[in-house]
Amino acid sequence: MNEDNYLNAGFSLRSWFFTTDHKRIAILYFASLIFFFFVGGAAATAIRIELATPQADLVSSDMYNRLFTMHGIIMVWFFLIPSIPNTLGNFMVPLMIGARDLAFPRLNLLSWYLFMLGGGVTLFAILAGGVDTGWTFYTPFSTLYSNSYVTVAVTGVFVSGFSSILTGLNFIVTIHRLRAPGLTWYRLPLFIWSLYATSVILVLATPVLAMTLVLIAVERLLGVGIFDPRIGGDPLLFQHLFWFYSHPAVYIMILPGMGVINELVSCFSRKAVFGYKFVAWASLAIAAIGFLVWGHHMFVAGQSLLASLVFSFMSFIVAVPSAIKVFNWTATLHKGSIHFDAPMLYALAFIGLFTIGGLTGLFLACLAFDVHATDTYFVVAHFHYIMVGGMVTAYFGGLHYWWPKITGRLYSEYWARTAAVLIFFGFNLTFFPQFVLGAEGMPRRYHVYPPEFQVWNVLSSGGAVILAVAYLMPMFYLGYSLFFGRRAPANPWNAPGLEWQTPSPPPEYNFDTQPVVTRPPYQYSPDFEAEPQNA
Amino acid sequence: MPEAKAFASQFVSSQHRDETAELGMWVFIATEVLLFGGLILGYFVYRHAYPAAFAAASRHTDIVIGAANTAILLTSSFLVACAVDAFSAETRKICVALLSGAIVLGLTFVVLKSIEYSDEYREHLIPGIDFNFDAALTNGAQLFFVFYFVATALHALHMLVGVALLAVLATLTYRLPSSRHRAALHSGALYWHFVDVVWIFLFALIYLPGRSS
Repeated sequence: MNEDNYLNAGFSLRSWFFTTDHKRIAILYFASLIFFFFVGGAAATAIRIELATPQADLVSSDMYNRLFTMHGIIMVWFFLIPSIPNTLGNFMVPLMIGARDLAFPRLNLLSWYLFMLGGGVTLFAILAGGVDTGWTFYTPFSTLYSNSYVTVAVTGVFVSGFSSILTGLNFIVTIHRLRAPGLTWYRLPLFIWSLYATSVILVLATPVLAMTLVLIAVERLLGVGIFDPRIGGDPLLFQHLFWFYSHPAVYIMILPGMGVINELVSCFSRKAVFGYKFVAWASLAIAAIGFLVWGHHMFVAGQSLLASLVFSFMSFIVAVPSAIKVFNWTATLHKGSIHFDAPMLYALAFIGLFTIGGLTGLFLACLAFDVHATDTYFVVAHFHYIMVGGMVTAYFGGLHYWWPKITGRLYSEYWARTAAVLIFFGFNLTFFPQFVLGAEGMPRRYHVYPPEFQVWNVLSSGGAVILAVAYLMPMFYLGYSLFFGRRAPANPWNAPGLEWQTPSPPPEYNFDTQPVVTRPPYQYSPDFEAEPQNA
Repeated sequence: MPEAKAFASQFVSSQHRDETAELGMWVFIATEVLLFGGLILGYFVYRHAYPAAFAAASRHTDIVIGAANTAILLTSSFLVACAVDAFSAETRKICVALLSGAIVLGLTFVVLKSIEYSDEYREHLIPGIDFNFDAALTNGAQLFFVFYFVATALHALHMLVGVALLAVLATLTYRLPSSRHRAALHSGALYWHFVDVVWIFLFALIYLPGRSS
């Protein structure tokens, strides 16, 4: 273990809470996200317990509305959106591009404080009585009728939006300006490409959400506003503005995961990612086309048929770059020297689950089918396959892959593999039955249902128990490794990325000498010896 | 001109640092464009739906103050541009004077804007507070004025941030003009010009409809 590293550079609270070191800020984010993951997870647990029986036995309808709203708001804005970018990204971007820090370290710290402030305000709204609008805050319910804490919750989300924007800004500028000598764009790891695409979305989409939330708050406070149908306002305009942010935000919630998968698949196949340039540009294509598909959330909301057709078509188009990625990962596996280490198990789980989530997304992009499936559990299952099966799995995979680098410790491979397999089975058992439920017509957001649906709901709730246990397991074996794990070498996976060329955990300024890059990424080969690239 | 003491370790030179800071400001402006963009989209949707009400409501705005404010902002932007040009150890007093002029103009803008707000309050044009308008057009006019108040208040907030920024830059320039402050002034000026451009759009959308015929 490197004796002079960022973890023992200071032990005071001040050295953590006023740090500008991107690695320490990543740890701050990591700790906060664990907390929010459990808050959101607690709501999900209550929902699944309630849905185990057809009648209402745990909560009232009103309480149920507040539960799924809390689950959505917390998981989307306070876990998924910051998950990979602000923890793994914050930690790894400077290391992977051979920089000493992000371009604006103080903005990075400010971003964490804004995130915590936004999270605090939102938690207050939940504790004070909750919000019952669903995470989408649809008008006129959120503006005219709801008597829950909409304004407070909207304020919390608004504040956390600035944290997203600052992170995106920081990444864009850092990736443009701080790459090591010789690290051209086509030599960047694909994780960096996907975070770049994510950052573009963060910077360009989040302000529209901010504006929309301001308009909701104004409407609630003044009693009159631009979405108010009583004065000719159009609630549909709210949906357009909201989804103009929130659909690209879906890609904020998957692109970083795809980026992690590139690193994992190539490392544990000991091969360069197949079709590097296609994968790199697919990230940007997803970011760009992702801005043009928002109307597919509104097929039955009353938009014109022409608009629906165009949005449907664009939604099929955006699947093309996603499919390119899946094909290229598969081609990377082909004739690779595959190692089933825990991160690879997560990566393979991601590819399978993302494919199911993506293909069912094509069903939903289809106008005729979507009319049948709108607001059913089919939609719920679809986006959970992407966000939980995809993003959360990738997050765990990346966490395991870089854990030795971040903490300087090795975790128990046995337990890590067990957890990965359990997550895969638990996830499928939880969410696959929901496809069936949705296809049979069970609507989302109700806590009572006809008894015919009980079998599938019990399967789903049973799966959720396995999933919950599997998600808790890393807390124990990763936590154990922090104190009792074996010391990690600088490059436990024998990988060529720059982040592995510095000791584990990295020194405070990342690299003792400025690395110089002379070759493309992913130079794995059977006789490859990881050698320092800073000759 | 004394060189700033040091640059943070992630940069290779002070020039590298300054160029990075400027790129940061451009990205920030991109995010701001989308912030106002969402609002302006809403405006267009309703202006398309209620053209008569929007024209009538626009005629109730104060074109004199609006035009004066436009002239004031354009002049202030000119002064800021000159201040960037005048940034050097020898001419720092000119630079500070130009920045102070821009600050005074910026504050004048905000004062005129608040006079306009109070006039609108007296004329019952604030939605939600005793709004009173030609009955046939009252709904569309309310939509117009919601947009008007949100957009101009948001813009005024940006003005106040800009004034504070210019004040800090003027102080720094007066004390010790270094190459680092030149870069900061450059980014601050970009922001000021951006806020100016936003106003030009708002001016056209708020004051001009219904006045051409």
